[in-house]
Amino acid sequence: MTELSGWGRYPVVEGMERASENFEAATASAALSRGLGRSYGDASLPASPADVVANSRRADRILGFDPGSGVLRAEAGLSLRDLNRVFLRRGWASPVSPGTQYVTLGGMVASDVHGGNHHVAGTFGEHVRSLRMRVADGRVLEVSEQTEPELFRATLGGMGLTGHILEVELKMERIPSAWLYTETRRVADIDDLVETLLESSRRWPMTKTWFDSTQRGPGMGRGFAVMGRWAEAGEAPPQPPLLRERLSVPPLPIGLVNALTVSVFNKLWFHSQSRPRAAIAHPQAFFWPLDGLLHWNRLYGPRGFAQYQCVLPIERDTRVVRRFFAIMTRRGCPSPVSVIKDCGAEGRGLLSFPKPGISIALDVPLRGERTQALVDALNEIVLEAGGRVYMAKDVLTRGTHFRAMEPRLPHFLEVRRKWDPERRLRSALSVRLLGDDV
Amino acid sequence: MKAVLLGATSGMGRALSRLLAERGESLFLLGIPADDLSRSAKDLEARGAREVGWLECDLLQPKGFAGALERADQALGGFDLVVVSAGLFGSQERLEADPEFCQKLLAANFANTVAFCEEARKRMLPRGGGTLCVFSSVAGERGRKPVVLYGAAKAGLTRYLEGLDHKFRGEGLVTITVKPGFVKTSMTEGLKPPPFAGDPEGVARQVLRAIDRGTPVVYAPPMWALVMLVIRNLPRFVMRRIGF
Repeated sequence: MTELSGWGRYPVVEGMERASENFEAATASAALSRGLGRSYGDASLPASPADVVANSRRADRILGFDPGSGVLRAEAGLSLRDLNRVFLRRGWASPVSPGTQYVTLGGMVASDVHGGNHHVAGTFGEHVRSLRMRVADGRVLEVSEQTEPELFRATLGGMGLTGHILEVELKMERIPSAWLYTETRRVADIDDLVETLLESSRRWPMTKTWFDSTQRGPGMGRGFAVMGRWAEAGEAPPQPPLLRERLSVPPLPIGLVNALTVSVFNKLWFHSQSRPRAAIAHPQAFFWPLDGLLHWNRLYGPRGFAQYQCVLPIERDTRVVRRFFAIMTRRGCPSPVSVIKDCGAEGRGLLSFPKPGISIALDVPLRGERTQALVDALNEIVLEAGGRVYMAKDVLTRGTHFRAMEPRLPHFLEVRRKWDPERRLRSALSVRLLGDDV
Repeated sequence: MKAVLLGATSGMGRALSRLLAERGESLFLLGIPADDLSRSAKDLEARGAREVGWLECDLLQPKGFAGALERADQALGGFDLVVVSAGLFGSQERLEADPEFCQKLLAANFANTVAFCEEARKRMLPRGGGTLCVFSSVAGERGRKPVVLYGAAKAGLTRYLEGLDHKFRGEGLVTITVKPGFVKTSMTEGLKPPPFAGDPEGVARQVLRAIDRGTPVVYAPPMWALVMLVIRNLPRFVMRRIGF
């Protein structure tokens, strides 16, 4: 028995975790797979202490790479960091990068992750060609759009509930250099932010914004917009970028993230850059800024934190974003890492998160009922706007809210019923959101 | 470098083989089973190894050692580095309860590992030497309650490697004894990691540096050198009382 938790360090549950180089064997009797544990909430946690969780992190071999086509096949536990270390210098990158490199290929498929290039590249799943999976009855199958299209699509963003992902085959992206050309511009408020984001997404392959979640009134939603593209070989430094961690946060007796510290931090951060800036950026600084600080989740203290991400469709009415912000700031949302991104078209995954609109991500220190009430209130707006929440980050959304947000859920459950009628594969998340038995 | 690796499909051996691959070295993998070797060979090729060959070679079947090393020699055109990270592990409780497994572990970790090294030595010495890098353990430093049997085999191995280094370093054969402390691998899965637990990648970097410099003994992570210095000097009546 070990204690298991996601990156938000809440909830913490008892579980039997098995990590082995022979991941295929380890999944034989497992109810769930898990990688580096970077989903924030309960997605990688067992439904019950008796459930075995197979950990893929030691199954990390590259099984083939074709430099002609860019097609890579690897075991599911290969981390994005390892992939970057091997391939960035050779002029290849993952077509989609989430906010950390400490994720496995299997986890990227199960959460169908997206990044700053979502408006042009879509989710990670759009670049996956085939999966080797162990399904609930124990069989090991090659699953793709050609062999088992329904299962394949249910698995992209399916949170590991359709089978254990053993191997992933994907198409990598050719890049002119491993550095980025970026421009950063300050935005005055939420309207300016959304407008800047939508406008720059027409011209830039990668966009994202940071905003000050504690600012109320006229400057509500102020922050930065960051636009980027891979630097051309002539612009970039000749040597490939080194990936490294600089600092590690020790275990702390109390959290350092609270309303006061976040408000001060956000103000300083906002005022740190006043003029627009163009720069050649290190990929880690652009894509994975927090990776330089190991164990940064400890900053929130032993009680942990909740990450929350939703997407709000805006084709009917962009004022919904302003309403969301008004409720968020009124209730108090001390989030130091607050990110807004415009999402492009919906992908193939039956439960994939992104859909066209504005996506908002927050991390808030857990403060009991207050945090639950904040998430409930935000979910009411999301529901009303026809939006949805991101399961890989979620921990506090109620099953009733989730089911009301997901008209696609019956289709997913139908596929799940076909492949796993007894619901052998399950997680703490599937108990909370899909109503599985404990 | 042209390296033969016995046990490179998992743990510290896997991590070390990747560092060698990233430097563009030529590699030949020995171990079991075939499927595992072939997958690791593909991984090392993708990570930059100049060439990677492999052949099944079971540490429990010493009769196969000479033939396997002959094949590796042919494939590589004469190897100059041999790494042995294969071995068995069992808790003291299991080894006490299961004499058959105990016998197997003692043979694999001592007699057979020595036999393999002898074959490697015979090939490298006549052509001017090379490097023999073998994973022993801090468990061989002192008779300790939790590792009476495992530690005995590793103690024997450590002494053999020390003697080998004294006798043949002058002739060009450098012997490196790696003594890992607690390292988080599949071998130690399920055991509670102590404060100075290491990870395979960190150990691999240390071992590669030792190979490059010819350092005869490597404690990994380095903190274990200090821990074992204390343990080696504790009087017997203290060792008898503590559970470490």
